[in-house]
Amino acid sequence: MLIENPLMEARQVTLYYGASEALRDVTLQAAPHQITALIGPSGCGKSTMLRCFNRMNDLIPHVRLSGQILYRTHDLYHPDIDPVEVRRKIGMVFQKPNPFPKSIYENVAWGARLNGYRGNMDELVERCLRQAALWDEVQDQLRKSALALSGGQQQRLCIARTIATEPEVILMDEPCSALDPIATLRIEDLMRELKERYTIIIVTHNMQQAARVSDYTAMMMLTDDRAAGTIIEFGETQRLFTTPSDRRTEDYITGRFG
Amino acid sequence: MSFDPERSNFAPTLRSRRTWARIGRWLFIAATVVALAALMMMLYNVATSTVGLVAVEYEREPSTLVEQPLEEVSKEELVALLQANISAGLFRRLEHDQPFATRSRETVYDLVIEHVVAETIVRSWPLDKSLVDRAAIEAEIAADYPTARVRFHAWLQPQFLTRSMSSNPEQAGVRTALLGSLWMVLITMLLAFPIGVGSAIYLEEYASDTLLNSILQSNINNLAGIPSIIYGMLGLAIFVRTLEPYTSGAAFGVLDGNGRTILSASLTMALLILPIIIVSAQEAIRAVPQSIRLASYGLGATRWQTTWYQVLPVAMPGILTGTILAMSRAIGETAPLIVVGASTFIVSDPTGPFSKFTVLPIQIYQWTSRPQAEFRHLAATAIVVLLVLLLTLNATAVLVRQRLGRLP
Ligand SMILES: Nc1ncnc2c1ncn2[C@@H]1O[C@H](COP(=O)(O)OP(=O)(O)OP(=O)(O)O)[C@@H](O)[C@H]1O
Ligand SMILES: [Mg+2]
Repeated sequence: MLIENPLMEARQVTLYYGASEALRDVTLQAAPHQITALIGPSGCGKSTMLRCFNRMNDLIPHVRLSGQILYRTHDLYHPDIDPVEVRRKIGMVFQKPNPFPKSIYENVAWGARLNGYRGNMDELVERCLRQAALWDEVQDQLRKSALALSGGQQQRLCIARTIATEPEVILMDEPCSALDPIATLRIEDLMRELKERYTIIIVTHNMQQAARVSDYTAMMMLTDDRAAGTIIEFGETQRLFTTPSDRRTEDYITGRFG
Repeated sequence: MSFDPERSNFAPTLRSRRTWARIGRWLFIAATVVALAALMMMLYNVATSTVGLVAVEYEREPSTLVEQPLEEVSKEELVALLQANISAGLFRRLEHDQPFATRSRETVYDLVIEHVVAETIVRSWPLDKSLVDRAAIEAEIAADYPTARVRFHAWLQPQFLTRSMSSNPEQAGVRTALLGSLWMVLITMLLAFPIGVGSAIYLEEYASDTLLNSILQSNINNLAGIPSIIYGMLGLAIFVRTLEPYTSGAAFGVLDGNGRTILSASLTMALLILPIIIVSAQEAIRAVPQSIRLASYGLGATRWQTTWYQVLPVAMPGILTGTILAMSRAIGETAPLIVVGASTFIVSDPTGPFSKFTVLPIQIYQWTSRPQAEFRHLAATAIVVLLVLLLTLNATAVLVRQRLGRLP
């Protein structure tokens, strides 16, 4: 085993969308307070894999999953586990910024209130916006619509909103794909700060980004029969990017493939 | 002008596309003009009947009763006039109905006009004719009714709203019908809105793709197209007949009366507009971006919390648009209420769900089917009232929608 005490772990996960296989026999570990990056060509199942970790796939009809997703010692797909509780513990930031069409304040406060937060809401909103490096820009306009923010600000607001429910893991699906290089760098800085408190799993198409921010990297690719995605190489980012052991990984990260 | 005509793989179609665009534009403008013209015609037709010349005959000339004009006489004098000029029996009966001490000057004045002066309208004209042909009208009346007098009469006046029905066109008003319409719309919306939106939520957010649900869905779509009279027959069979103990109020201690109540009418009307509300609410809910739902679930919201706090607020303006349409339909429907048994002639105000009732469209229908021309003026005036009521209710709903549409 590469990682001694993983916070999250996928064990031999196979997933079908109806009759079509999307993931085959995927095994992956995420170390606590580390950033794990999922890379791979388009359509190989990275988003699908990420959604397994907080049971967002449950919302898609006809999804079947076998194998185990472990969070600490719990199997997340055990019948006794409530997916609603899972999603609070394991938050998600989506590829496209999707703030609620409400005020900035309400965007951050809603998730917390919903989950029964009993502390001081103003303090929580401020703290989360500070952690998401957005406070200085919006502190005077908390009552303004979140939709009036720029794309990069919206994405940071979505991160703040996720932090507000005090998750332990944050899943990010290409969080910077809609952002310019400056906003991207800000979010990367943010991720480095956030990993002090949270465990992060991120999907990215940007090799430099994976190399810059992540501690571990998993390379996904379609199986040889091109039916489903699987992980072909997993390791410390440093090692994977300098001496990849799989030929396909090397081709992919050097841009000769996909 | 074309940039490189010879080497292009594309046929030079721009000119013909432009021509089509021009033709299309003119067609749309023409259609709009025709629609506006039709609307103006209708409004003109209605409006010109709400005021105009009338020829009246009196049994007793008002000037032979008192010195000053009758309009300025005080209530006490009017009572005295009444007592002096009608039979003692009738006076006692009127006193018994409601003591004169508690009657308003207005109603006493109406009694004097009705029983003493006994003004009757012998002929009436719409406004356009009254203005253009006044001389001809006066000549005609002088020939036909030598004792009659020609004067202007406003059919549309405040008392038209406050008077109840009467067989005398000058005394008739829409109070009963207006109250009936308001009661019916209120109860209909209270029933149909929550049920309709609830069904839409179930179908969009909860129902899975089963055969049963798709049958349900296509049935709802078809229900919107069923002729309204069928709903009337359904209402008659179920609400008026079968559920009579409940719709007549007997089960709740209201003893007099049958199932032909406001409640039956509202239930029927609610059934009629339910499909409209459901379908339009479904459209509105479906138009809410999936990303909002995902964001909500991602924060640990339950399905209900997602629907209630995120989906519904975004969908509400659209839902209300459909509801406004449905409400307009409910106010204007006539046929099913005739079947369900709206009263043809009542003078008592509806006081609640178990009252007998009539509504504005039915009142209008009845007045138009009377032979006397005066009732047609009343019908036109009632149409104006109906239109104003419709506009008021719609404007209220639009205001509510705008308030909801605004961000927190
Ligand atoms: N909701 C769905 N229903 C059915 N099939 C799906 C669904 N979502 C994804 N798939 C299929 O699963 C496979 C993996 O999709 P996924 O979105 O996980 O890829 P990805 O690696 O995230 O791609 P990208 O990098 O382009 O985002 C694809 O073949 C896709 O067609
Ligand atoms: Mg993806």
